[in-house]
Amino acid sequence: MSDTLTPVLTADWGTAESWKLSVYEASGGYGAMKKALAMAPDDIITAVKDSGLRGRGGAGFPTGMKWSFIPQDNPKPKYLVVNADESEPGTCKDIPLMMATPHTLVEGVIISSFAIRANTAFIYIRGEVLHVVRRVQAAVTEAYAAGHLGKDIHGSGYDLDVVVHAGAGAYICGEETALLEGLEGRRGQPRLRPPFPAVAGLYASPTVINNVESIASVPSIIGNGAEWFASMGTEKSKGFGIFSLSGHVANPGQYEAPLGITLRKLIELAGGIRAGHEMKFWTPGGSSTPLLTPEHLDIPLDFEGVGAAGSMLGTRALQIFDETTCVVRAVLRWTEFYKHESCGKCTPCREGTWWLTQTLTRLEKGDFDVAEGPEVLDLLVDQCENILGRSFCALGDGATSPITSSIQYFREEYLAHLEHGGCPFDPLASTAFETEGATA
Amino acid sequence: MNETTYAELLEIAARYPEKRSGLLPMLHLVQSVSGQVTPEGIEACAEILELSAAEVSGVATFYTMYKRRPVGDYHVGVCTNTLCAVMGGDLIFERLKEHLDVGNDETTEDGKVTLEHIECNAACDYAPVMMVNWEFMDNQTPASAIQVVDDLRAGKDVRSTRGPQLCTWREAERVLAGFPDGLADEGPSSGPASQVGLKLAGQNGWSAPASTVSGSTGTVTEDKVEAVEQADTSRAESETKAEES
Repeated sequence: MSDTLTPVLTADWGTAESWKLSVYEASGGYGAMKKALAMAPDDIITAVKDSGLRGRGGAGFPTGMKWSFIPQDNPKPKYLVVNADESEPGTCKDIPLMMATPHTLVEGVIISSFAIRANTAFIYIRGEVLHVVRRVQAAVTEAYAAGHLGKDIHGSGYDLDVVVHAGAGAYICGEETALLEGLEGRRGQPRLRPPFPAVAGLYASPTVINNVESIASVPSIIGNGAEWFASMGTEKSKGFGIFSLSGHVANPGQYEAPLGITLRKLIELAGGIRAGHEMKFWTPGGSSTPLLTPEHLDIPLDFEGVGAAGSMLGTRALQIFDETTCVVRAVLRWTEFYKHESCGKCTPCREGTWWLTQTLTRLEKGDFDVAEGPEVLDLLVDQCENILGRSFCALGDGATSPITSSIQYFREEYLAHLEHGGCPFDPLASTAFETEGATA
Repeated sequence: MNETTYAELLEIAARYPEKRSGLLPMLHLVQSVSGQVTPEGIEACAEILELSAAEVSGVATFYTMYKRRPVGDYHVGVCTNTLCAVMGGDLIFERLKEHLDVGNDETTEDGKVTLEHIECNAACDYAPVMMVNWEFMDNQTPASAIQVVDDLRAGKDVRSTRGPQLCTWREAERVLAGFPDGLADEGPSSGPASQVGLKLAGQNGWSAPASTVSGSTGTVTEDKVEAVEQADTSRAESETKAEES
């Protein structure tokens, strides 16, 4: 049985100058890279498969299996692309990781690229995080200077170049094929799959796309062994993960724990719900994962447990809202986000998110007759059903999650907006500074 | 668009196996030089990448960080996505609009501050969050946000809560184009919220297991179809089954 919290990726986040190569190497950094370069690439893939690591960007597909899909008999160059476009509302783990310990990511990139036999890797970082871009740029420069990148790395005969690429503001580029479009200098619109990127990805070449946390977990797996990683977590959700608590808890922040920890335990660690309040609803893995309520506090936060509760583990972005929060306002705001970020490629998402926003806006203002209430909720659900599974990529699917789940759990609150002729909540009561007074 | 800039645009394109991949950072460089995406900048990118100006414009208008109107020295972005909005972002944005006498995506008369409401910037544990030139200004209140913009307009030094003293928007855009400014070593390793779990683990003597500890492997499926069924995406599941059939 592992300890309650198991800092691995976060272990050095409090260390002075943790972003520097010298500090990283002083605590054993780049040791796993040296071990990996002496291994057969297929053995690295096997180790990552055996560890049970599943993608940390939200979907939970086995990372080692993804690597094994790269057709090594394809004569085209192979590419590794790191998805550092962290933009899912509530998700805030990759950004602090790259700010504090960018070398963990770079070391993971080297090992992973070597395993899939890629000689060029890209780190696609969302553009809106300047200091993170600086830290990753500096880490890559330091790694080149130390001979960890470039030609014939440490005499292994292996060459690797890493390009740090800043995006330009588009949530959709977190979708792997849209990210590739962005990286090819195009509008970030998703591609039809199949073919999957493993067969025809960047420049129509075999490409692996992994989340930052997935890649950053690789050095620890190679360094300590697949069995070590598999000693943490649950049967089918192995290892540790960063759980990001935000919102109405006493101490929001990052908690790295074995998969399977419960939100009840995490909230206890976070000092409880803010004083004098109680939890109302939460997202397990960002706004695209259906909302859950206090009745779900004891589900294990692993892929299976959250799935069984009707939601998804996603990115472990635990946004906690107390009873001062209007669920209709929360959902409307997320819906406006999806409308804004819809890339426009497919009709159900492009048009559907507009219709949803219009209906929800009128609902929030109480701009329907009370008698129409049930019909309006049916309309919303119907609109969602015309988007879910009918849009081109997962953005449209995600847009429906907060709406259908909130209607399921908070139907009365929607109707109360019509009875009240508007929102019955005081928006000031939910703010972090409500105790300082309205005119703070 | 002088010779130096043109040479730098070529340099960006040369970083990639296929030069068109340089377009996003090239447009960041155009903004750093011209304070916005200009027709001249679009033409220069198009010429280098052998694209039409329309194709480059199509890309430039897709991404929200590219601006078609002049941006002030300081781009102030207030997160009004759900969590930050609920935690006070809405109120901060309203107060800043009032205080600066501008609307969304507008610039103050002195050309110093451009105000915009932004989407989630991946710092939810520091809500409400404000970004200035894409540097973190964590845990804001209406009063602290007003203080920041007043100080910026008065020419005072302002530091990011997790980074260096704020540079100008154009200088920031140059870094995003891939030309480092030497400020990576400024600021802390992480902010306080990033370390709460780590500190708690230290106080309780909790850690990851020793490397000798071993668990059972092979419990995660090695079958592709089963893996997508178990993954959190019904979409990949249907696509994979389409591929297999």
